[in-house]
Amino acid sequence: MNLIDKQLVQNKMNNRIIKSRIMRTVFFLATSFGIAVLAVLLYRVFSQGLPYLDWQFLTNFASRFPEEAGIKAAIFGTLWVMAVTAPVSIVLGVGTAIYLEEYAKENKFTRFIRMNISNLAGVPSVVFGLLGLTVFVRLLEMGRSVMAGGLTMSLLIMPIIVVAAQEAIRSIPQNQYEASYAMGATKWQTVRRVILPAAIPGMLTGSILALSRAIGETAPLLTIGAMSFVAYVPGSIRDSFTVLPIQIYNWTGRPQEEFHIIASAGIIVLLVALILMNSIAVFIRNKFSKRY
Amino acid sequence: MAVNVKELMKEKKSNRSLQTFTEKAAPAFFLVCSIVSILATIGIVLTLLIETITFFTRVPFMEFITGTTWWPFGENPSFGILPLISGTLLITVIAMIVAIPFGLASAIYLSEFASEKVRKVVKPILEILAGIPTIVYGFFALTFVTPLLQVFISDLPIFNALSAGGIVGVMIIPMIASLSEDAMSSVPNSMREGALAMGSTRLEVALKVVVPAALSGIISSFVLGISRAIGETMIVSVAAGSTPTLTLDVTESIQTMTGYIVQVVLGDASYGTTTYYSIYAVGMTLFLFTLLMNLLSQYISRRFKEDY
Amino acid sequence: MTNAPENKQVTITNTIEPDKEDKKTIYSIDNFNLWYGDNQALYDVQLDIPVNKVTAIIGPSGCGKSTFIKSLNRLVELVPSVKMSGSIKYNDKEIFSPKFKVEDLRTSVGMVFQNPNPFPKSIYENVVYGPKTHGIKKKKILDEIVEKSLKEAALWDEVKDRLNENAFGLSGGQQQRLCIARCLAIEPEVILMDEPTSALDPISTTRIEELVQELKKDYSIAIVTHNMQQAARISDRTAFFLNGEVIEYNDTDKLFSNPDDKRTEDYITGRFG
Repeated sequence: MNLIDKQLVQNKMNNRIIKSRIMRTVFFLATSFGIAVLAVLLYRVFSQGLPYLDWQFLTNFASRFPEEAGIKAAIFGTLWVMAVTAPVSIVLGVGTAIYLEEYAKENKFTRFIRMNISNLAGVPSVVFGLLGLTVFVRLLEMGRSVMAGGLTMSLLIMPIIVVAAQEAIRSIPQNQYEASYAMGATKWQTVRRVILPAAIPGMLTGSILALSRAIGETAPLLTIGAMSFVAYVPGSIRDSFTVLPIQIYNWTGRPQEEFHIIASAGIIVLLVALILMNSIAVFIRNKFSKRY
Repeated sequence: MAVNVKELMKEKKSNRSLQTFTEKAAPAFFLVCSIVSILATIGIVLTLLIETITFFTRVPFMEFITGTTWWPFGENPSFGILPLISGTLLITVIAMIVAIPFGLASAIYLSEFASEKVRKVVKPILEILAGIPTIVYGFFALTFVTPLLQVFISDLPIFNALSAGGIVGVMIIPMIASLSEDAMSSVPNSMREGALAMGSTRLEVALKVVVPAALSGIISSFVLGISRAIGETMIVSVAAGSTPTLTLDVTESIQTMTGYIVQVVLGDASYGTTTYYSIYAVGMTLFLFTLLMNLLSQYISRRFKEDY
Repeated sequence: MTNAPENKQVTITNTIEPDKEDKKTIYSIDNFNLWYGDNQALYDVQLDIPVNKVTAIIGPSGCGKSTFIKSLNRLVELVPSVKMSGSIKYNDKEIFSPKFKVEDLRTSVGMVFQNPNPFPKSIYENVVYGPKTHGIKKKKILDEIVEKSLKEAALWDEVKDRLNENAFGLSGGQQQRLCIARCLAIEPEVILMDEPTSALDPISTTRIEELVQELKKDYSIAIVTHNMQQAARISDRTAFFLNGEVIEYNDTDKLFSNPDDKRTEDYITGRFG
């Protein structure tokens, strides 16, 4: 007695195979959707903004007249903010990662720090802006300065750097520690002379990616009150500033089509900078990966 | 020529005080670094809490959470947050309607169907998609997607929930795709082989074996996506408008919690006014919403973690 | 594990006559127990390691021989859950005593590991890692140390023209000799070797074995090996570990030709392990 009707199974099999093939195509098309949107977005921005992109655009200050407007202040503002954010966030992020991976004992406090960092990574950036506005701008009386903006950004991207640095440290095999300790090196000597040099490529990759996120961020800096119409280059960290995304936001918000075109040009500059940073990060990752 | 290393090392040992100092100072410094992250959290909570309390001395708590009108300006202000919450949820729902199917389908395709070659091309593209600044998406929503939608929906206003929410969804696709794919890739191959060996098709393996096995990771990626959509600021403040409306109509102009905060800080509400404090009350609500989602996502991925 | 008839093959290969009078020991281990969490890995280990001899530690996988050798320089403590009791004396000093700094112990006890583990630095930097760690900075002295250590490790002629190249470019056997040179650079008294040839090809293995014979003139060596012929070839004394216990500790030729314990005999004749 046959419990299974082979003929029936066979008939159904064909349907199942066809269904599988159809769904494969559906899944592929769904995946292509994201790529298609990206392609349209890039085409749109580049076709609109590229003709406007010239030396004058890069070296002019903001202006009421679209044909004279440029992004000099925004470029320098972004550089100034990064000059604060990069060292602060990297030192804090890498320091935290070293503490968690090398020194922290497995106890409640350590678990609390870990949980805290992963939750901090999920806080909306505009809330970091409120923190910056209250603590840096008002309480510490930094005003709407490069300093306040840079510190706000540092706190925002610190969790990303912590996670990347932790991964970089974890990828170092145990035998490197053993080799160093076996020669009578102390913990700090081992960290400084073996672990840090070996983890630096990974830490660098993570930091560059985190900074590229910071360069594109708008909301926190809007919230602390970075200005959108700045006709000078900041001279110190106490000066007020604007950044590229805020400039783009400002132009996007205007009704005239001409300003949308220069917003596109600004976006091209922003995207080129980001792609450049990402390429550097990927290059470092590939060059130094799989060494052990 | 004989160098007596041992003697030399003994000599150096005598002046080790600096070394003992750094040996103790280094961990202390790193501890301080990690405490900064705690200070940041405390700073966020305290900031929001203190200013929110000030806000509630002026506006009754019940009016805030049950009021259906949000009109913070002019003579007769009204601070009922429900329109901002409904605006935020409307954007979130639209975003998830876009992000979940496309994100999950991409994850299934990449993890179960795609060849190594395709994966190598598609994954970096998704990474680029994830790395595009939100202001660029906002610009795209306002200047391309809305005009495109206006072709089909003739009376669609320039600022509307549909276009903003849709683009928020596109922004979240790579996140859901990559987190879900991670979850699915960690399902051991032996499970796939077991099902394939019994004559299952690729599709059946994907939907009946891999997806259920990776479900906790997939769901937690959805929840994280929701959290991102709730907290998204630039797309909605550029493209969704600034009219707090209690509505479920996706073609209307609305305002989200994040959009309101940006509107007020740009409008330069003077320090000490009720409007100024209201951004903290809204920020607090926003913070609680996203915190809840983040904790939920962590709980799901930990509680229902499959051990293979 | 090999099945070769060990007891027939054993011939004394060491050139120095074992000096029965010279009982000088560098390590004396007494009643030593060790746990990983709740699992006991070593039981009442009791043995003395003699000066300027090669002491081999043999036994099947998981018998605790690696744990034991890593206890001698307290490297086993890198495992967080480890607990110990009993005494290990190095030059008559208790190594677990708070007065005896672990860094000082490890400075005079070098170690070579199962897999070559050079640092991702140049050959030169690998060798001077130890001396630099201990405060020697003068380039001239470091140069001398590098030459001397690499010569001792029989690697000098192969690498003298490319000292600044990355150590990862060396072959496995060369890397292992570099690790030996790195360990010799701080002039230890004892060298611990944890299966130093298990990851190497036969030719490199022979070179390392020759090197061990050479080194025992100046150093006391303890070597863990799962290769019984190797133990028979290069060691003076051999300890046989089984399930965390020392079953037998004897002169190598005695242990391999006429073991006292039945279990030792079973193991060396290849009945298990």
